[in-house]
Amino acid sequence: MNAFTKHSGVVMPLDRVNVDTDQIIPKQFLKRVERDGYEDFLFFDWRFNEDGTPNKDFVLNHPGYKDASVLVAGRNFGCGSSREHAPWALQQYGFKAIISPSYADIFYNNCFQNGLLPVTLDEVSVAHITAQAKEIPGYAVTVDLENCVVSDNEGFSVSFSLDEFKQYCMLNGLDDIGITLQDEDAITAFEARRG
Amino acid sequence: MPGKTMFDKIWDAHVVSEEPGKPSVIYVDLHLVHEVTSNQAFDGLRLAKRGVRRPDLTMATADHDIPTTDRSKPIEDPIAVQQLEHLANDTKEFNIQFADMHSPLNGIVHVVGPEQGNTQPGKVIVCGDSHTATHGAFGAFALGIGTSEVEHVLATQTLRQNKHKTMQVDVNGPLPFGVTPKDLILAIIGQIGIAGGTGYVIEYTGQAIREMSMEGRMTVCNMSIEGGARAGMVAPDETTFEYMRGRANVPQGDAFDEAVEKWKLLPSDDDAVYDAVVTIDAASLEPHLTWGTNPGQVTSITGSVPDPSSFADPADRESAERALDYMALEANTPMTEIPIDRVFIGSCTNSRIEDLRAAAEVAKGRKVSSHVGAMVVPGSYAIKQQAEAEGLDKIFLDAGFEWRNAGCSMCLAMNPDHLEPGERSASTSNRNFEGRQGKGGRTHLVSPQMAAAAAIAGHFVDIRDWEG
Ligand code: SF4
Repeated sequence: MNAFTKHSGVVMPLDRVNVDTDQIIPKQFLKRVERDGYEDFLFFDWRFNEDGTPNKDFVLNHPGYKDASVLVAGRNFGCGSSREHAPWALQQYGFKAIISPSYADIFYNNCFQNGLLPVTLDEVSVAHITAQAKEIPGYAVTVDLENCVVSDNEGFSVSFSLDEFKQYCMLNGLDDIGITLQDEDAITAFEARRG
Repeated sequence: MPGKTMFDKIWDAHVVSEEPGKPSVIYVDLHLVHEVTSNQAFDGLRLAKRGVRRPDLTMATADHDIPTTDRSKPIEDPIAVQQLEHLANDTKEFNIQFADMHSPLNGIVHVVGPEQGNTQPGKVIVCGDSHTATHGAFGAFALGIGTSEVEHVLATQTLRQNKHKTMQVDVNGPLPFGVTPKDLILAIIGQIGIAGGTGYVIEYTGQAIREMSMEGRMTVCNMSIEGGARAGMVAPDETTFEYMRGRANVPQGDAFDEAVEKWKLLPSDDDAVYDAVVTIDAASLEPHLTWGTNPGQVTSITGSVPDPSSFADPADRESAERALDYMALEANTPMTEIPIDRVFIGSCTNSRIEDLRAAAEVAKGRKVSSHVGAMVVPGSYAIKQQAEAEGLDKIFLDAGFEWRNAGCSMCLAMNPDHLEPGERSASTSNRNFEGRQGKGGRTHLVSPQMAAAAAIAGHFVDIRDWEG
């Protein structure tokens, strides 16, 4: 897994609540057996018109957000299915971090499995970052996982919290399976105990 | 010290190791696998030269991609073929039981687990699928996981988890006439909101739940995720044991009775304390259906499409506006005046024998409206067989419904079954997200009875006017 320590990047505002995983990556792309190559399918139905041309009204297609690598979105981001294709698509498109007031459980966990950082901030901070990203061309933030701070060049700075173990794994790019297997004896003992 | 909840008891019995500040390592008793969320996990195992620790606790089925039409013909979609072959090869290589689409054990993953008796009280059950919560209806802790976690379970037979909070949803009184478990869960989601259960495991309690069949309990638990909860559960009781008795993979004879004695210890202690409690007054419930693009955008059949301006929260208002736009609905339209084009009776929420019987009872002797296309997709091969033995297929076919082979079908339309852009469906599935049943399709979630009635009338109807 990729380690995440600190990232600065342009912010793309997706000013909607309850963005579900069916929107992040529609089902027709889940038949692929690969783990990569999902970037072109991210937000597919919002992003492209019926004839395959880019939908100019969708924020991802605005030239100003072409190089965005931080996504800011409304509450309950990633609700719906367990498809890990959702964080894969976001990450492969180029997003390194997401900022939202809240996430659906499975999506949130899936992000950490892939080194994509979901930052949870209060509604007011999210609204502020969203407004700035809409107004200021090239508006960027820095997400610092070591110190748990999101800041910009305009003097804004806010701290966030997350599970310490998740933070530790992400900072070090640790693979969950590797960690668990270090304690394989405990699994064997458990199995022996239960017969 | 207060007593333990059922969730506490199951959790405590499955802790392999725990350390302060770290997620616990929890043992998994049953790992269900399907074609869509497993390919990359098996590839990951190969890459790391790891094996599957307990193939004997793992079972796989093909459900999402498979066609529901004539199975003797080859599958047309080459990418679906590739995905199904991937799973066939993976399960062969790692020695895992696999029910492909020609197997009599085939069906939707959340239908076949309980049907074959693999789903049992007290187990920890996982699947790379958010509707794994279904299995909680037996008093199991069952939760959906992502593909990385699927790989983790394959390799270690464990899951790393922080312990969830518990929420009791207590349903007082019996369900009134014409109100089904589907209506109940839609009403619950409407009340707690689609993120109301985030971080919680829900335990459903109360008279309405106790009086409910296993099929009904599965419908309720199935949609826990639609309320944000990763798992839902119901305490096992005589209804549970009767449903399980004699199934292929439950203990047989005296061993079953011994198992029952153990399962009887699972229900939450009387003095157990939940982190949150929600009370539902069953008597006040009516048949429910969704009007918007998430399962929380729901109302009763006697209601109308809401006016977005009636929402206090600006984000909810905007979300309602977007939903009405997508759904092509006018505010204040009575729900019974919404015409429909398609009907889908199926999915892991409502495709079990009791669901099909309920829909057939409504369809019997009636005809599907001439402008509606309606299909019934049983949840498994076994259910299809049983329904045919009971003559339900004849009732549906006579009424003008299509009678299909088992699978996920138009619940998420990964196979050829889908809505055309602009088509409106009455669907017994669990998600009405934009495009879920086909790009541009408009989904209203309903019970099997309400779906069958809508097929016949050509618009939504209050099923209570028809029954009794
Ligand atoms: S029926 Fe629908 S919700 Fe259930 S497993 Fe299949 S696709 Fe998922």
